[in-house]
Formats: sequence, C-alpha cells, structure tokens
Amino acid sequence: MQIQLNGEPSQLDGEQTLAQLVDSLGLAGRRIAIEVNEEIVPRSLHAQTRLSDGDSVEIVHAIGGG
Amino acid sequence: MSQLIQDTPLIVAGRRFASRLLVGTGKYRDFDETASAIAASGADVVTFAVRRTNLGQNPGEPNLLDAVPPSRYTLLPNTAGCYTARDAVRTCKLARELLDGHNLVKLEVLGDDKTLYPNVVETLAAAETLVNDGFDVMVYTSDDPIVAKELEKRGCCAVMPLGSLIGSGNGLLNPATLAIILEQAEVPVLVDAGIGTASDAALAMEMGCDGVLMNSAIAHARHPVMMANAMRKAIEAGREAFLAERMPRRQSASPSSPFAGRING
Repeated sequence: MQIQLNGEPSQLDGEQTLAQLVDSLGLAGRRIAIEVNEEIVPRSLHAQTRLSDGDSVEIVHAIGGG
Repeated sequence: MSQLIQDTPLIVAGRRFASRLLVGTGKYRDFDETASAIAASGADVVTFAVRRTNLGQNPGEPNLLDAVPPSRYTLLPNTAGCYTARDAVRTCKLARELLDGHNLVKLEVLGDDKTLYPNVVETLAAAETLVNDGFDVMVYTSDDPIVAKELEKRGCCAVMPLGSLIGSGNGLLNPATLAIILEQAEVPVLVDAGIGTASDAALAMEMGCDGVLMNSAIAHARHPVMMANAMRKAIEAGREAFLAERMPRRQSASPSSPFAGRING
C-alpha cells in the first residue's frame, strides 16, 4: 500500500492504523499533530484510524518561529 | 510610590498576561539559548511555527516544547509561511490538535516571500473562518487603519500591525498610521514585526500599544539574552511613560530653574 507521507510517497507493509504508522516512525509519545487527507485526526482516534491506499498523511510538530 | 498608577494586565480574549512583551522562538542558535533569552524577556506568550516532522530524525532529539513548556508559557502558534487563507486555517487546526485544544493563534497570511508583507484579502478571509470555528485570533496585518478595523469587526481578539517588514529591524516606520489604529481600536493593538532595538519597543508602548511581539530583534542581537533583558525593561519603561502621560511638546524653551533669586538679577 502506498501513501503520501509529508509530501513524499511512502510504501507501507500491509494494512496499518495511524497509531502503528506513528510507532514505526519512532514518533510514539511525541508531541505531534496529524492530518489525513486534509482532515485532523485527533490523538484519541489514532489507534482506530485505518490508512487506505493513496491517503495523504501530514505529521507536524512545533519548531522555532515568530 | 502612591503616585504610581497601578497598571492593568494585558488581556487578550479573556486571558490575562503580566508581561506586554511577546516573543518568538525562531533564529536562535539552540534551544538553550532560546530558553535563556525567553526567560530573560519575562514574556508570558511565546510564538512558534508548525512544520512537517523530520521523518527518520533521532527520536530522542530535543523538542522546542521542552525548551518552552506549555505548562509555563502561553504558546501562540503562528501561520508563518502560509500564503492562502486555506493553508492558514489548516495550520491553525493542526496547532490546536498539537496543543490539545488550545485555541489562541497568531494568524499571518503572507503576500510574497520577498517582503513577507501580509496579504490582507486572504487574512480577512482566514480570520472570518477561524473565528467562526472557535479560534481566538491575534492577527498580523499591515498598518492600514481600515483593514485593522475590518479584522476587528470579524472578531479578531487582537490586531497586530507591522512596525516595518518582518525581520528588518527598521522599527516603527509609520507612527502616524499606527496612532490612527490605536485611536479607533476596541481590541488590544500590538506591534508585530520590525522592532530592531529597545527604543523601538519603548516608542510603541509610549504611543499606547497594548504590547509588542518580536523575535529577530532579540535572537539576532549579538547577545540575545542581554537584549531580551533590555526589551523587557523597554516595554515596561514605555508602558509607564504612556500611563504617566508625557509633557506637551513646545516650540520654545522653558527653564527648569527659576529666574527669581539669581545672583545677577
């Protein structure tokens, strides 16, 4: 299955939930926010949100800025 | 000391802040310097940007929010780098999720990357959408009094005209229009962008601004922590001078020492 992850194509092994993707990226427990197909997916729903082929996922965090 | 006027706190969307200096977190050498400078500034409100996570980064890498913890500061996510209302709204929604529902944001929609001048058409559209979605919107805008009023009418909780271009350090280039904005505003007015040194910040406060937001003036000083301290004092001095109501300007001289009793009289 292929998704767009932060603007880049990314190959996933089989079906995954958002929580599994976050975990595989080493981002579990980090302060992040996620959008799938331009809709926010609240933290509380990561475990039950299944990714589909072609989904566009954005994972963001806080960085320095004015 | 009884003649000191008791100042009121800065109140934005019902939130009270002791400091009228708001600071950014960009352009510092590292998070240690960020934390030290912000502590020296005395700021309560700290801005940050929302960006894609670097995938494959060291998971133990320090995070900005460790240096400026939400437990100690009121974090103000910005929409820097957004050129459309749509992107700015998306960014604010991501920020709200990032901060567990915190809904205070700094809206800025830029017009081009050379001047970073605000695109007020997109800014007005984004402000309306965000306010309707329950955000408290502090809005970066041009120093146009009509646009400032329109943003206020759309429910923005603070209007933040530029002093001069973002990161330019050119200070307040148009005090006359800023004065008009201040005179007519019914929400807090903060100068956002353009501050170069302490006197710029003091001038904004002397004119009656409710606060000043700055980043580069501190981060790009040779000694950021010392400049942060200077800015804290400048904001306080400017605020007190405003409350004390300055003497009128006159064209003629007026001696401070009496004429009567001179030895040559």
